[in-house]
Amino acid sequence: MAEKMTGAEMVIQALTDQGVEHIFGYPGGAALPIYDAMFQQDFVQHILVRHEQGATHMAEGYARSTGKPGVVLVTSGPGATNAVTGLTDALMDSIPMVCITAQVPTTLIGSDAFQECDTVGITRSCTKYNYLVKRVEDLPRVMHEAFLIATTGRPGPVVVDIPKDVQFALGEYYKPDLDTLRHQSYHPQMDGDAAAIEAAVDLMLKAERPIFYTGGGVINAGPQASEHLRELAELTGFPVTSTLMGLGAFPASNPQWMGMLGMHGTYEANLAMHDCDVMINIGARFDDRITGRIDAFSPNSRKIHVDIDPSSINKVVRVDVPIIGDCERVLAEMVRVWRSKTNQPRTEAIAPWWAQIEKWRAVNSLGYKNSDTTIKPQYAIERLYEATKKQGKEVFITTEVGQHQMWAAQHFHFDKPNRWMTSGGLGTMGYGLPAAVGVQVAHPDALVIDIAGEASVQMTMQEISTAVQYRLPIKIFILNNERMGMVRQWQDLLHGSRYAHSYSESLPDFVKLAEAYGGKGIRCENPAELDAAIAEMLDYDGPVLFDVIVEKDENCLPMIPSGKPHNEIILPDTANIGDIIDEKGRQLV
Amino acid sequence: MNAHLQPTGSAYFLTQETQQSERHTLSVLVDNEPGILARVVGLFSARGYNIESLTVSETEHDKRLSRITVVVIATPKTLVQIKLQLERLVPVHKVHDLTAEGAYLERELALIKVNGTGDQRAETLRLADAFRAQIVDATVESFVFEVTGKPSKIDSFITLMQPLGLIEVVRTGLAAISRGPEGM
Ligand SMILES: Cc1ncc(C[n+]2csc(CCOP(=O)(O)OP(=O)(O)O)c2C)c(N)n1
Ligand SMILES: [Mg+2]
Repeated sequence: MAEKMTGAEMVIQALTDQGVEHIFGYPGGAALPIYDAMFQQDFVQHILVRHEQGATHMAEGYARSTGKPGVVLVTSGPGATNAVTGLTDALMDSIPMVCITAQVPTTLIGSDAFQECDTVGITRSCTKYNYLVKRVEDLPRVMHEAFLIATTGRPGPVVVDIPKDVQFALGEYYKPDLDTLRHQSYHPQMDGDAAAIEAAVDLMLKAERPIFYTGGGVINAGPQASEHLRELAELTGFPVTSTLMGLGAFPASNPQWMGMLGMHGTYEANLAMHDCDVMINIGARFDDRITGRIDAFSPNSRKIHVDIDPSSINKVVRVDVPIIGDCERVLAEMVRVWRSKTNQPRTEAIAPWWAQIEKWRAVNSLGYKNSDTTIKPQYAIERLYEATKKQGKEVFITTEVGQHQMWAAQHFHFDKPNRWMTSGGLGTMGYGLPAAVGVQVAHPDALVIDIAGEASVQMTMQEISTAVQYRLPIKIFILNNERMGMVRQWQDLLHGSRYAHSYSESLPDFVKLAEAYGGKGIRCENPAELDAAIAEMLDYDGPVLFDVIVEKDENCLPMIPSGKPHNEIILPDTANIGDIIDEKGRQLV
Repeated sequence: MNAHLQPTGSAYFLTQETQQSERHTLSVLVDNEPGILARVVGLFSARGYNIESLTVSETEHDKRLSRITVVVIATPKTLVQIKLQLERLVPVHKVHDLTAEGAYLERELALIKVNGTGDQRAETLRLADAFRAQIVDATVESFVFEVTGKPSKIDSFITLMQPLGLIEVVRTGLAAISRGPEGM
């Protein structure tokens, strides 16, 4: 049933038909017709941000915590260029996002008009797909196709660039049926190949030193995928580790959980990856932060790799059993095939493996020396974790990028998927605060905390104002070491402790800053007062900026230095980290 | 003073590439839409793949499909990645590695402008005839030849024309198709 309306109204109608309740945006000349159409309805709620980068990270937080696509609306030119960081972040971390950018009228495109930029050109390499809609007839189809592409297969950001004259033009709105969509070439493969799944289960049935290595793909495949993973882990009795992006898919409280793996992962997870005989990679991509030195990566294992993106397979590491498909479906099949072959976990056969893992565990690689006088960053996160458990609320954690991010991954524990939002692939400082805003919009009654560094948080600080405006009681927990701690750590490791520009100087008074924005500020520097201060933060019904003054020169360990294999991990009791990396390793990032 | 500092360039893979590079011809079926060529070329530059030659033209007007023929030089591992990365682009329907998949034909067309005066005129025409080059333009002092064939044949013809007064050359790039009854 076609209905006549303007392009701007079609945008809102399509959002409504897609069930989009929240959109993060910022107006400007070229976007005004869409804003006008939005003003005249009340299904789609608009959250006014303070910077377009903030809008994109909010959409990411919203998407990752709900499984629904995050939607962004920005104006032409600077509105679009400000969105580029968040689009790239969403592409790297496979986050479904639809970003509508306004464009100058078609008649002015190419004339260097005011606030014109080549948005589709600029965003071509940082989106899964993008469109410039030159005719209003195409707009309904493009809007719906954008949602399809963003949310299916390996999810990612899609940009729809709409010139102002197209927003004003009258046309017929229709809801396209999926078969008439333009891109008949787009068919993500959902079901894994049955023979490959069978082969994988056969390998697992013979494994003596198996390990599940899971990633963000399990989260992206929806909560059912996490359920199947739990079931498969229980059926098999195998140990489970996960990448930074996959935390929460498997409960941290389960005895089979080994903690995160990778550059700052646990000793047991990394050594088990190195020594295993069967590796079952589910929805992870052998990122360099995971593998360390490629030619020494898990040298004696047979590798199974489940991924929805065929180009992820054999990109970095050669695998023995590739399975292209959606993690949820493949895991369900693995459970079914395993059940059809046995009703026993491999408890006995892998008992020596577990014994070995227990020995590694006993090293207590996340241990640290606590202090009575200064707050250790790890301690701060532990106390935060303990306090949040007692809240009786759903808890969502976002982070910025740096040491605090890794400490959060190590010391905050997740039992459910979609509770942990962090910028993994791009490593974007400034992600966490706006992401927390996005999460809180989607979950108004939940406890949403951004675990932050004092440097990162200043990159998108202004979004506190958004939180205040929409009464979003986010908590920003700053581990303030007055350093770009992660940079400082690398300078210790690689550059003879010459601390070039890694101090955070002239820091604002975060307490006053919070108050200036209309939120609450708290500062704590005494370990004895920390619990009370955390309680004060959690009790406050509104945004809080909590400045935790922590130990300045703590290193984030364990660490596998770039260019080293997993079994050369640096443990917390290593005194001098400056001599560990060789010439070649220094060239790595 | 800073001689002991290491260069700060980043390199993700220190492992030496042991595989030999090969020259492959890929045929890529795509939706003919604005920006498609930029998408394909952008993918090659972003991921550091080398393009030797690239030809694109619409081939099925009603279905708005174009065929891109691209010649790349890469290791077998990278070739697989190139194919998979191309297939990941939303408007790409199919990618065939013609070199890997069996017998195929390669043709290229060149227009070649040569000086033609005095004694050399006869020699130029004799060689052109041997290469079955068509004369598509002639003046009292020049010719333009049209040559089609494998790129190697065109290379040889150009080499021969050099001493005779080659002025300029344009080449279309490669068109390639598999032999036998099967289509893409
Ligand atoms: C936008 C951006 N710029 C630069 C970097 C490089 N970088 C990674 S961590 C870091 C320091 C972060 O400092 P802080 O937020 O205080 O966290 P800490 O490591 O001290 O916990 C920097 C500069 C980055 N990841 N993102
Ligand atoms: Mg810091």
